[in-house]
Amino acid sequence: MNKRQAILDEIPRLRRFAQALAGDRDIADDLVQDCLERALGGLHTWQENSNMRAWLFTILRNTYFNQLRASSRRPNETPLDEHHDSLNATPPAQAHGLIIRDLQFALKLLSDQHREVVLLVGLEGMNYKETAGILGVPKGTVMSRLSRARELLKQYMEHGENGNRPPLRRVK
Amino acid sequence: MSTSRSITDAQINAYVDGELDEASRLEFEQLLLNNPEDAARVAAYKQQNDELQNLYGALIEEPVPAEMRKMVMQHKSRPSLAPWMQVAAAVTLLLVGGITGWGLRGTQPREIVAAAVPEYVERAVGAHFVYTSEVLHPVEVTAAREAHLVGWLSKRLGNPVKMPNLVSIGYNLVGGRLLEDQGSPAAQFMYEDASGRRVTVYVRSYDGNDTAFKFFTSKEVSAFYWIDAPFAYALSGELPRQELMNIAQVVYKEISP
Repeated sequence: MNKRQAILDEIPRLRRFAQALAGDRDIADDLVQDCLERALGGLHTWQENSNMRAWLFTILRNTYFNQLRASSRRPNETPLDEHHDSLNATPPAQAHGLIIRDLQFALKLLSDQHREVVLLVGLEGMNYKETAGILGVPKGTVMSRLSRARELLKQYMEHGENGNRPPLRRVK
Repeated sequence: MSTSRSITDAQINAYVDGELDEASRLEFEQLLLNNPEDAARVAAYKQQNDELQNLYGALIEEPVPAEMRKMVMQHKSRPSLAPWMQVAAAVTLLLVGGITGWGLRGTQPREIVAAAVPEYVERAVGAHFVYTSEVLHPVEVTAAREAHLVGWLSKRLGNPVKMPNLVSIGYNLVGGRLLEDQGSPAAQFMYEDASGRRVTVYVRSYDGNDTAFKFFTSKEVSAFYWIDAPFAYALSGELPRQELMNIAQVVYKEISP
């Protein structure tokens, strides 16, 4: 059936987005399963010829934020020392690897709302209008969140989370 | 060309994301020539996007796990109108009785500055926040026992309650719960759309004159509230004002005789 195939086709992207958003593979796959469950249960409300990807992403992020609130789990509050330790313990050999780690580290420092907008636009290539639809906020809000998030990412990557940490990419 | 034109954050982001039309893009690139700091930001943001692709791009090559595939292909689709809803429609007809008079009809609603938001509204918004976040037990009585729910809440509130049906705008009933509002009973009905957004309708007995819709917003949750004796209502949700207003109008239509 076409609708089901359309859902299947989106699973790789949903898993990727969930993983980047939640920062954990197992949490991400649970999230995708919850999302699929909701989508399948509400499939009759999906409008033919509307954007399946945007619809599924909307469900996924709403599920994530609902669960986050329910459990008061704040991924952002993972003790920063943990990251420092693991990063310092295994310095990657190549400069390229360092930059990648830098970004991953910086993403974790962002609030969930800032991280999601950076991922939707920067990784998933959604335009502002689609992103606004998924988040359920005006386009202007998407733009201001995105602007703030990128500036924060830039700062984190250049100076660390509080400006005291030396830039990671200089670790050799 | 004016060189004094300053570049905004919005322009920088829109440029990086390809959101500018051709003319604006060319103009922006000209401006950038004289603004090395902004050019550096453009480069940094583009690099962030490139690194996101390096970091996560390959993840979409992964095959779909078998259990997810099975879930999608074998899920049983449900009938478009659940049987309990048909029953419920009949039941609500029977229960609607004495709700009369409505400030919004006939006269234009006055724009009242909500200097003092009724306390019940804040409690409604608080209850919305607390209970919508529960995934497993968001309601006391589930939608499957809708008739029972309406009867039970009407009895507790001392007047026949009419529960709005929001299916026409894509919101299905999740269920309801009885709450205590400063010694008086209050009811909360919860609805959810297919994407998981939840709104709640809060109802409590109220002595006072009917009012028009009024808007209240706290940090994350907004509400439209009104009085339609003998009840006071609040519709809460984490939605833009206009969207919430549209739902409030449907709620009002549903509960008016």
